[in-house]
Amino acid sequence: MAQEHTTTENHGEHEATSTGLNHRKMLMWAFLGSDCMFFGSLIATYLVYQGKSLSGPLPIDVFDIPVTSVSTFVLLMSSMSMVLAYSALNRGNMKAFRIWMVSTAIMGSTFIGFQVYEFSSFSTNHIHFECSEIAEKIHDGENIKAGQDYFYQKECLDQNGLLKADHHVDEEYGLKPQTNLFGTTFFTLTGFHGAHVTLGVIWLLSIFFLSFKKGVITREKNLDVDLAALYWHFVDVVWIVIFTVVYLFGVFEGF
Amino acid sequence: MSTLPIAIPRPVHPTGLWNWLTTIDHKKIGVLYGVTAFIMFISGGIEATLMRIQLSQPELDIVSAAVFNQLFTMHGTTMIFLAIMPLGAAFFNFVIPLQIGARDVAFPRLNAFSYWVFLAGALMLKLSWIGGATDAGWFGYAPLTSIDQNPGKGIDFWIISLQVLGIASLAASFNFIVTIINMRAPGMTMMRLPLFTWMTFITAILLILAFPVITVALIELTFDRYFGFNFFNVSRGGSVVLWQHLFWVFGHPEVYILILPGMGIVSEVLPVFSRKPLFGYTTVVLAGIIIAVMGWMVWSHHMFTVGLGPLANAVFTITTMLIAVPTGIKVFNWIGTIWGGSIKITTPMAFSLGFIAMFLIGGISGVMHAVSASDAQQQDTYFIPAHLHYVLFGGAIMALTSGIYYWFPKFSGKMFNEKMGMLHFWLMMIGQNVTFFPMHFVGMDGMPRRIYTYTEGMGWDLWNLVSTLGVFILIAGFVVFILNMVKSWKSGPEAPGDPWDGRTLEWSIPSPPPEYNFKEIPVVRSLDDWWNTKQGGNFKEIPVAGGSGDEEHSIHLPQPSYWPFVTALGLFIAAYGVVFNQLFVPWAIAIIGTFIGFVGVYAWSLEPVNDPDEESTH
Amino acid sequence: MSQEINPSEAHTGHPTAGMYFKIAMILSVVTAIEVGIFYLTWLSYWIIPILFVLSAGKFTLVAMYYMHLKFDHKLFSLLFVGGFVLATSVIFALIFLFQVWL
Repeated sequence: MAQEHTTTENHGEHEATSTGLNHRKMLMWAFLGSDCMFFGSLIATYLVYQGKSLSGPLPIDVFDIPVTSVSTFVLLMSSMSMVLAYSALNRGNMKAFRIWMVSTAIMGSTFIGFQVYEFSSFSTNHIHFECSEIAEKIHDGENIKAGQDYFYQKECLDQNGLLKADHHVDEEYGLKPQTNLFGTTFFTLTGFHGAHVTLGVIWLLSIFFLSFKKGVITREKNLDVDLAALYWHFVDVVWIVIFTVVYLFGVFEGF
Repeated sequence: MSTLPIAIPRPVHPTGLWNWLTTIDHKKIGVLYGVTAFIMFISGGIEATLMRIQLSQPELDIVSAAVFNQLFTMHGTTMIFLAIMPLGAAFFNFVIPLQIGARDVAFPRLNAFSYWVFLAGALMLKLSWIGGATDAGWFGYAPLTSIDQNPGKGIDFWIISLQVLGIASLAASFNFIVTIINMRAPGMTMMRLPLFTWMTFITAILLILAFPVITVALIELTFDRYFGFNFFNVSRGGSVVLWQHLFWVFGHPEVYILILPGMGIVSEVLPVFSRKPLFGYTTVVLAGIIIAVMGWMVWSHHMFTVGLGPLANAVFTITTMLIAVPTGIKVFNWIGTIWGGSIKITTPMAFSLGFIAMFLIGGISGVMHAVSASDAQQQDTYFIPAHLHYVLFGGAIMALTSGIYYWFPKFSGKMFNEKMGMLHFWLMMIGQNVTFFPMHFVGMDGMPRRIYTYTEGMGWDLWNLVSTLGVFILIAGFVVFILNMVKSWKSGPEAPGDPWDGRTLEWSIPSPPPEYNFKEIPVVRSLDDWWNTKQGGNFKEIPVAGGSGDEEHSIHLPQPSYWPFVTALGLFIAAYGVVFNQLFVPWAIAIIGTFIGFVGVYAWSLEPVNDPDEESTH
Repeated sequence: MSQEINPSEAHTGHPTAGMYFKIAMILSVVTAIEVGIFYLTWLSYWIIPILFVLSAGKFTLVAMYYMHLKFDHKLFSLLFVGGFVLATSVIFALIFLFQVWL
């Protein structure tokens, strides 16, 4: 009588699984696939409304590509430090692990800092120029920003279309979510990305602080860190998409 | 060895309310879902009955137009999110671990969390009747839902409770995906999975991909309403059609989420009561996958009259007509299953057969809608409710009812009364057709949807009256059903482990199953393994119910926990805090709720999956 | 599974710290190129496919190496790529439906 004696002992991470893969890791990947649809819907909304705002400011009026490039670089580097943290844990080097973990969290916070700066500078954006200077630029065929063009037409030309040469423009031209479609879609998309980063920083810092308690974060339990790392890299990868699609495509002057 | 700053012991409550609040046993959670879904179904039925009474004759004044709008909105939202989906979830929970030979799901605490969050969302939605419920249709088209046109809190409750329900559904789906992939008994390959488990797997994948889209749509609407964003603000260039697109990109996969589990149930009931294997198992599985994939390509057939243009309309007409093919394949396979079988008409079998007939009719009207030209006449008339009730009531509900009767012995340990069951079936069959078939007629005759009354002389009087009479036949059937369930559960004859001579693993264990499900995890050698074991084909001893119990010592079960409930409670409070965000201190309630939720999450993640000091719970 | 020993991967199949650093450098350089290209206005609409390819490259590097998809079970890739492909398809479908020409 052939009797298969198979008992399953449910000891958390050590139970046998049909694929040999860990439950929680599979859950995280399924979650990331799902989160792609979340960001996909926000990006779709952004793209569908691109160019459809009825008024400014427009991307070209507010985006500062050099600054955003720096924050992009910081976030990319944070992925590297995350991966080095995990590596250190696997070598049993807790000191290096903690240093890399906290570095990742700091870089993530720096990115959030950039976002906060960006959001507030957009919302208090100002437009200021001398009509005569802009007139020259137009005459010379230089590209001027969309907002400048609008205000020039509005403020610098009299009813006969002649230049009011001694006039200047000094207008509050802030971008808030309520201002136009660009504001609405931009702040929502990047805001939710920022919220994801913030949750990630909280997660990473939690791991960092827990690592000081003996036996909580160990090489054997590296899955806990692996899961946080996957989430963190995902957040980075979404930013790669947003930076290109929103920032770079948004203000390219060659179009 | 607790990693929490203060050692909070795991709950130990063998019985009573605390047992239910802290349970992580999939079978108990299944019962919780089932009972709650039942009650919600009744509330949705009351909403429907009130509407039908109002419409039974022209120019009645039983409910006002304003209340009628709330009725049809709440009826649709309730039936879809609080009745059909959780009823499916009840089965996923109870049956799937049994079908795959597992002791529980992959994440027992997450499973409990899903239920409590579902309950939170359900309560929030139903309680919104107080003070005025949402009234913009279950699909909430912009700009009806804008703060200008709809300043009341009804819409906000609808939005937030849907978000809460979304969290519950997502959590459950992630759980079932991992469970089905990762906790199958040895030898149970994917192509040996029972059909119900397969369809559930596909449903869960659809869900985790579709729900984020409505989450985003609802967030956009919330931001428009609360903060003056411009997503659907036409005066700033926003498009109300965007709402429709986002909603239906979710909404169409959602209807396959509603029907696939039922199709899975039918695909199991028919073979058992024909004593024949499912005809073309592989084909049926593939058809399910194709339906799920194609389900993403048809959504704008809900928008044929919006003015998308002839190219878009043509494309979606073609894709929608094509999606009828895999469904048709399933129907042929079901017929092939019964054909030449040794058919026994029991209550579950009757409901499954009824499902095929009713779903077929619903499918035919569906193909009529698929053609955008004819849909131009049908859209927003009663022809559409005719279609949708045939597929959702005659379809999903009938299939789920078949499942209730089929698995009733397993989850209750009792046999139901077969005569009452068949009476329920006939009342439901007759009632369904009397209620919904005439809707085809009045729809064709131009009666619009979502009107609270109509004038006489439109030619609609007779069929509206007939429809309403049908509702009372359905109610009679439902009363018979409840009586049967309650009486049988309390004092019905004891059910054996395998009352139907079943084919799948859940019938190889006692009814109701012991807490640990299987004394020994089975080794699976084939499709319909249990059936083959009984035929002697697997050279296995047929396990005897009961037994020495020696093996129980090595069975470790997941332990109960407070934290799923606490986290869900935090979410519930936060949800109300979002709707009542100006109460007391602005956003205070939401922040408190979020804080409680965070406490729950932290405690949950720091609680070991199983306390290694604890012995098995037996 | 390849039997050859890739010097950038230790015996366990994990990339080394050196490899991770190299990838970080590639990511930085590609980002710099993207920003640089951005100022070449004469490229006109060609910037779209170029940036697309560069970003896709960064995305793939992070996913395959940092997120370890290259070395893990294909199921993880399926779960993630499935969601990603669907999201991209929905984006393109909506773009066409709203007649936003890229």
